[in-house]
Amino acid sequence: MTPASAASAARIAQARSGRRRRVLRAALPALSLTLVLLGIAWLNPRAISYFGLNLMLSLAIPVALATIAQMFVITVNDLDLSIGTFVSFVGCVSATWLRDTPLLGIAVLLSSIGIYALVGALIYLRNVPSIVVTLGMLFVWQGLAILLLPKPGGKAPTWLHDLMNLHTPYVPFPLLAAILIGVLVHVGLMRTSYGAILRGSGGNPASIARAGWSLLKTKIVMFAFASLFGVLSGLSLIGLTTSADANIGKGYTLLSIAGVILGGGEFVGGRVSPIGAVIGALTLTLAGSLLNFMRISPDWQVGAQGAILIIVLAARAIINRTDGRTA
Amino acid sequence: MNIVKLDGVEKHFGAVRALAGVDFAVDTGECVGLVGHNGAGKSTLMHILAGTLMPDSGQVAIGGALRQGYAVVLAQKLGIRCVFQELSLCPNLTVAENTRVLHPSIAGWGWRKKAGDLIRGKLDEIFSGHGIAPDALVGDLSIGKRQMIEVARAFTVTSDPLHLVILDEPTSSLDAHTAGQLLSHVRQVVATGASCVLISHLLGEILKYSDRIVVMRDGVVVATGNASGFDRDKLVSAMGGSAAARKAQANQATAPRGTTPVRVRARPSRQSDGLELVAHEGEIVGLAGLSGHGQTELLLAIFAAATRHVSGVEVTGSVALIAGDRQSDGIFPLWSIAENIGVRSMRELRSGFLISPELETRLAEGWQKRIRIQTGNLRNNILSLSGGNQQKALFARALGSEAKIVLMDDPMRGVDVSTKLEVYDLIRAEANAGRTFLWYTTEMEELENCSHVYVFRSGRIAADLRRGELSEERVIHSSFQEVAQ
Repeated sequence: MTPASAASAARIAQARSGRRRRVLRAALPALSLTLVLLGIAWLNPRAISYFGLNLMLSLAIPVALATIAQMFVITVNDLDLSIGTFVSFVGCVSATWLRDTPLLGIAVLLSSIGIYALVGALIYLRNVPSIVVTLGMLFVWQGLAILLLPKPGGKAPTWLHDLMNLHTPYVPFPLLAAILIGVLVHVGLMRTSYGAILRGSGGNPASIARAGWSLLKTKIVMFAFASLFGVLSGLSLIGLTTSADANIGKGYTLLSIAGVILGGGEFVGGRVSPIGAVIGALTLTLAGSLLNFMRISPDWQVGAQGAILIIVLAARAIINRTDGRTA
Repeated sequence: MNIVKLDGVEKHFGAVRALAGVDFAVDTGECVGLVGHNGAGKSTLMHILAGTLMPDSGQVAIGGALRQGYAVVLAQKLGIRCVFQELSLCPNLTVAENTRVLHPSIAGWGWRKKAGDLIRGKLDEIFSGHGIAPDALVGDLSIGKRQMIEVARAFTVTSDPLHLVILDEPTSSLDAHTAGQLLSHVRQVVATGASCVLISHLLGEILKYSDRIVVMRDGVVVATGNASGFDRDKLVSAMGGSAAARKAQANQATAPRGTTPVRVRARPSRQSDGLELVAHEGEIVGLAGLSGHGQTELLLAIFAAATRHVSGVEVTGSVALIAGDRQSDGIFPLWSIAENIGVRSMRELRSGFLISPELETRLAEGWQKRIRIQTGNLRNNILSLSGGNQQKALFARALGSEAKIVLMDDPMRGVDVSTKLEVYDLIRAEANAGRTFLWYTTEMEELENCSHVYVFRSGRIAADLRRGELSEERVIHSSFQEVAQ
C-alpha cells in the first residue's frame, strides 16, 4: 500500500469510527429504556399492557416536559435549578386561579414566561452564572407557590383533568404524548434553520456572534421555551393529580437534569437530543415501577435512579474512550 | 478603487496599545500580504476590518463611504468575510449547519440541502478530493478539515456580495498540498475582481501569492510596497526593525557552559533530531520563537517532571512557575497580597499544623522591600494592586520560595517598562546567586538578558544560540524557517 492510500484509508476509518460512536451514543438511551422495560416484563408480564403502561407512564408526561424545559437551558450552556419549584408554582396557579378566574390564571402564566425570558437576558447581559440566578429564582417560585396555596388543596380545571385522562385507542395516551413531544421539539430544535443557530450558540457563541446573530436573542428564546415547557409540565401534573401542593414539583429539578444527561445531552457545548431527553425521562419514571416490582422500598428509589444514571454515563465514557484510542 | 480604507485607526486594550494609528487600504482585485511579529497588531487590525472590534479612534471607509458604527452585520452586507485564526466553527453542528450560520438567507423548506450543496460545491472547487460530507459533525473532523471548511465557507456566496476575504493564518493546519490548492484559489478569486488579505507566518507564501505586502510592527505599518520589491531578507529586517544595531556584545560575566551542574535537560516530545534544552545552575536560558510554538508546553512538562516521571525531561531541584496569564493561572483573586506571595512557601511558613501569619507577613514584607510592591498594606486584597504590581507579587511568590529552578511563561506581557527593568535586575541577581531561570518570551529585549537561547518552531527546538550568536535577525530567521528550505 502506498503511503497516500494508507493515509486515506486511515482517514476513512477515522470518519467511520466517528460515525459509529455517534450511532452508539444515540442508541444508548433507547437501550437503557429497553432494558428497564424488559426487566418489568420479566418480573410482571401483565404490566406490559395498555392499562399497565397507561398507569406506569402517566406521571412520565410532566417529567418529560420538565426535562425538555431543562434541555433548552442546557443547550445554551446554562443550568436551571428553579424548574422544580417553577412547576410547583404553575401547579398552584392552575389549581386555583386558572380554575376560578381563568383570565387571571392565563395572564399569570404568560407573565411567568416573561420573567423567565428576563432571567435569560439578565444572565447574558450581566454575565452572571445561571446557577446563581436560578438558585435565587428557586426560592422566588417556591415562595410564590406557598403564598398562593399554603396548604395542599385546590382543584384542577375540568378540561385539564379530562385531557390528561384521555383514553386513546390501541396506544396508551402517555406514550402518544411522549412521542409527540419528542418529535415536535426535535423538528423545532434540530431541523429548523434557526434551531441550528440556537444550538450553535451553545457550541461556539463567539462564532455565532461573529456571523452577526444576537446572542441575547438566542438566550431569551431558549429561556422562554424552557418556561413554556415548564408551564406545560405543571399543567399536565395538576391534570393528573387533580389537586395541588406547593411542593408538588420538588424533585423535578434533579430529575430533569438527569433526564437530559441520560438522553445523551452534555452540560456544555450545545450537544443535546430532544428525543433522547424524552426517552431519558421515560426511563427514569419506569425505573421507579421496576423497583416497585422488585419490592424495593420507595426510600431507595432515588438512589437507584442515581445508579442508573451512573451506569449509563459510564457506558458513554467507555464508548468515547475506545473510540479515542482508534482515532 | 478602495474596498476598505483605514485612516489613523487606534485601538487600546487597557494600557496596551495594539494599534497606534494605522493607515491601511485594499484595492479591488488585489491580494495584500500582511506580515509582522507576534503582537504587531495584525489580528487586531483584522478584527476591526471584520467589524468584530470597534476602533477607539480613526476612520473606517468601506466601499468608498465612511462607516459610523461599523459592525459585523454591516460587514456581512458589504461583502467582507473573515477567516479567524482560532477556529470559529460550532463543533456541535454539521458542516451544512455551520454554513447556514453565515448565511441568514438560507432558511425555509430544504435549507439543509441548500446549505449542504453550497458548501460541497465550494469545497469541490477549492479542495478537490477533500472527502468531507456536508452532514458530518464538525466536532468529529480533524483540525485540518475544519480549517478547509472554514476557508470554503468564507468564499460561499448567497444574497450578499463577496468583495474581500481576510485570511488569518489560513494554512496553519493544512498540509502542503491543500495549502497550495487554497492559495491558487485565492489567485483565481483575485483575478475575478474580489480582494484578499493574507496573513501568514510563512514568508514564502506571502512573497509568492500576494500583489502587495504590508509590514506591521508595534501597532503601526512600517513598510508597504509591491511584492516584487521584497525578498525574504528585506521582510525579515522590516519586521525586526533596525534594532539589529543593538548587537549582542560578547558577554562578560557569563561563565562558559558546563562548569556548573546541569539542572534541567529536556527534549520536546515532537523533537526528532538530537537537539535538547539544557540549563545549568545559575543560568538564564531563553525560550524564543513565535508564540504558541511549544514553549509553554515544554515549560509545563519540566514543571511536571519535578514531581513525577516525564519521558525526555530530567530535572534536578525544586521548581516554581511564574504563569503568563496572570488572571487565570497566576493570582488567587480572593486572597490578600501576603497570602498570594506565601502560597508557594507553605511548608516554611508553618508553625505546628497551622500557617503562621507572622512568618507570612515577614516573607511578604521582605519581598515588598526587595521588588517594591506599591501598597500600603500587604493584607489588602491582591486586586487592589495595579497589573504590574500583581506581577511583582507573582515574582515574589516564586523567588521567595525554596525553588532552585524558576520557569517563566512570558510573564512580562502588559507590564510597564520601569517594572520590567527592575525585574530584569532581580532575575540577574538571583541567577548569580545560583538559581536557574527558564524564560519563555517573545520580546527580543528580554532575550538579551539570557546567557543561552533556544528558538522554537512547530513544537521543536529549531535553533540553539549562544549569547554571542544572539541577534534579532537570527531569532526571526529561525522562527520563520520553512520546511522546504
